[in-house]
Amino acid sequence: MAQQSDIKYLTPIAVDIRKKKYCRFKKSGIKYIDYKDAEFLKKFVNEQGRILPRRLTGTSLKYQKKVAQAVKRARHLALLPFVTDNLKSNN
Amino acid sequence: MLNHYETVFIMTPVLSDEQMKETVKKFEDTLLEKGAEIVHQENWGLRQLAYPIAKKTSGFYHLIEFKAEPSVVKEYELQYRRDERVMRYLTVLMDKHAIAYSEKRRNLRKEKEAAPAVVEEAPAAAETETVNEVNE
Repeated sequence: MAQQSDIKYLTPIAVDIRKKKYCRFKKSGIKYIDYKDAEFLKKFVNEQGRILPRRLTGTSLKYQKKVAQAVKRARHLALLPFVTDNLKSNN
Repeated sequence: MLNHYETVFIMTPVLSDEQMKETVKKFEDTLLEKGAEIVHQENWGLRQLAYPIAKKTSGFYHLIEFKAEPSVVKEYELQYRRDERVMRYLTVLMDKHAIAYSEKRRNLRKEKEAAPAVVEEAPAAAETETVNEVNE
């Protein structure tokens, strides 16, 4: 206990300030998410090809549903894979 | 009431160019026969698939945008299922945002074709710009 309080910092520890997440569709006024644009949809998918949760991307519920719909359509048309490794490094 | 639809289908890569065009023509004709109005067509050519379908790793993609009665779609999709040259298909009902988007996309594509030299100057920048423009 005593040891801990002995540590003193000359400069305050940099606590990373969290940027407020925002929904990119609401912000830039995108109304329709195209399932044919695989490159764009890759932003909402992780390396294994899974859809990223809303809590990570900050997308609003309304548009998350549309993103999910678009990704699933793209998968059906083999524009996006269902499962892979290194989806992003390949391209 | 006429609805606006968009359909994408994938043909087997085994086909020759002529056979591919013939298949496309066949589906075009079936649509016209059923009293649909074709708004737009796009041929994406031979593309790599993200995963193998029927042991094929590539396929010819073709997109048709059309206006038709809802009952037409069911009969039309039956044609896809019967045709062994078609590996995959997807027909989607378009809402007003989708229609606006596709019009914008069409115009952008036209512009690109008309002035390809401008795009070549800054390919990376131009690409990101078009994506944003289209999505606006």
